[in-house]
Amino acid sequence: MYGSMVLIRACDERLRRGLSAGEFACTYWPATGQEAIAAALGEVLRTDDQLITTYRGLHDQVAKGVPIGPLVAEILTRSTGVNAGKGGAMHISHPSSGLVLSTGIVGSGLPIAVGVGLAAQLRGTDQVSVASFGDGATGTGSFHEAVNLAALWHLPVVFVCQDNRYAEMTPTAHAQPVDHVADRAAGYGIPGVRVDGNDPDAVHGVLEVAVARARSGAGPTLLECTTYRLWGHYFGDPMRYIPAEELAAARQAEPVARYRAVLLADGVLDEHGSDQVERWARDEVAAAFTAALADGLPPPEAAFVDVYGDPTGMPE
Amino acid sequence: MSDQATSGGGPMVTRSMREALNLALGQALAADPDVLLIGEDLADPGGGISQITKGLSTRFGTDRVRDTPISEAAIVGAAVGAAAAGLRPVAELMIMDFVSIGLDQLVNHAAKARFMSGGRLSIPVTLRTAVFGGIGSGATHSQSLEAWLAHVPGLKVAIPSVPADAQGLLTTCIFDDDPCVFVENVALYGSTGPVPEGDHRVPLGVADVKRNGTDVTIVTYGRTVRDALAAAEQLAEEQIDVEVVDLRSLVPFDAGTVLRSVARTRRVVVAHHATRFAGFGAEVAGVINEELFGELEAPVRRVGARFAPIGSAPTLEASVMPSVASLAEAVRDVVGH
Repeated sequence: MYGSMVLIRACDERLRRGLSAGEFACTYWPATGQEAIAAALGEVLRTDDQLITTYRGLHDQVAKGVPIGPLVAEILTRSTGVNAGKGGAMHISHPSSGLVLSTGIVGSGLPIAVGVGLAAQLRGTDQVSVASFGDGATGTGSFHEAVNLAALWHLPVVFVCQDNRYAEMTPTAHAQPVDHVADRAAGYGIPGVRVDGNDPDAVHGVLEVAVARARSGAGPTLLECTTYRLWGHYFGDPMRYIPAEELAAARQAEPVARYRAVLLADGVLDEHGSDQVERWARDEVAAAFTAALADGLPPPEAAFVDVYGDPTGMPE
Repeated sequence: MSDQATSGGGPMVTRSMREALNLALGQALAADPDVLLIGEDLADPGGGISQITKGLSTRFGTDRVRDTPISEAAIVGAAVGAAAAGLRPVAELMIMDFVSIGLDQLVNHAAKARFMSGGRLSIPVTLRTAVFGGIGSGATHSQSLEAWLAHVPGLKVAIPSVPADAQGLLTTCIFDDDPCVFVENVALYGSTGPVPEGDHRVPLGVADVKRNGTDVTIVTYGRTVRDALAAAEQLAEEQIDVEVVDLRSLVPFDAGTVLRSVARTRRVVVAHHATRFAGFGAEVAGVINEELFGELEAPVRRVGARFAPIGSAPTLEASVMPSVASLAEAVRDVVGH
């Protein structure tokens, strides 16, 4: 899990560095600070388990195994991108890694995850479908309709809320009448579990239980993984709405350094091993960016490819 | 029936549109284990508010003919997810006005997933819905919103006017690999017509000339086809020979059949029950103007609902909606131009 977290962070840092320097331009919604949840998802889920994430999805996409070269190329909207430059950072899809799609509309991934879970149930596979979303999504009708439906039909779905404390610029507490997202599970008769989302081992533990429950046919679980969005809503967000001391505390508690310290203290990792992991991640990311930046943008005519499976007779 | 695509020359039986739709759904469920029906009140004993799915849950089980809570966003979203995972779901939104609640899933996800994924995903979902206009249902249960959907790249839109087309177009939509919106009309469910026995498909993007004529073309679709044919019968007594072109699908749009007919008659009325302003008829009129401007004997005339919500009182609905009389009047107008 630590390697995954370091790789996500290296990719995020490279993206932010390039954007800040004007080396390239692209849209980007940083998930910096939420790496532990993604790493646990990547560890617990099988490749053929299905994850639906959001526009703030780099961490989930890397952890689920979307190949980093085509992923970076897609974020930079190159023709070699995993989605041919058509999806961009917001709409990554790589079904063969079990990353079905990433949605740009808050809350809309949950009903889709329910449908993916329904397909698994009807076909009698033991795949699990996971919806990953932020606290902001819990205000949408889609959240409530989807959790209700999954609970009603005992679908193999796990709802993973990455509660990063802000929905765009609104603090979670200003947008929900309950204390915690997990409290909402009671309304659907399913387990609601709250966990420290900056502790990958803790997330791993609760996720394992939820995934096993889903796989067994017992139905969905709502997980609330508390975390923090360290770089705001979008790249360049001045974060005026965040108290400085709160942000400073959150940076102190960020999960990558924290997990590294735990692994060093436990003797699982030594300084040399830690350096090796960081060098590996840096090299992977450097190679992905070098390749992607050398690749071209999609040709203009690609705008009309894959609008339909069969374009015969379609409007121009 | 003049249409080569609807009949293989086999035996025909008379069915209502309700029966034809039920048959198409039953045949699809029987033919392909990946077909799944999902929506409100579909299962027996209800069998759907208009009994389109009657008997299907009894035959195929409630796993595959699946009742849902009143959750339009989740109905469409779950169908999109199941389609992304390889099934062929047929979702029902009971009344077309309710499409508004499921529109995010349809417009932002179903329509664009193939494109945005660079072809990694396909969403073979069919969304069935029905216009409830004409029976006093009022402003939120009477709208014809097909222009909204035809406007979105990635969606296909089919609208049948007769039972054979209903069966054939619905079957085609279910087995199409892209998202299709299939618009029914409650006023047509009881109408009857000849339907080929057995498996029957009508391709999308192939308009059908429902009545041959030489003087003027009415381009229309769905429920309005019936009014156009009635108007044509009246006008025949006045020695006006009307051709009626039934589009059958708006996307893809069969401009060729429309233009061939209008090039011959040189006069055209475009008609639908949907709001005339910015309706699909404006697109049809635009294409005719672009292609046949110098050959028209009269400007293209559009007939559609007036720009107001649909009141519940019969007087109010009649005031907004087109009718056989208003269609006939529009035809006389272009003929006399």
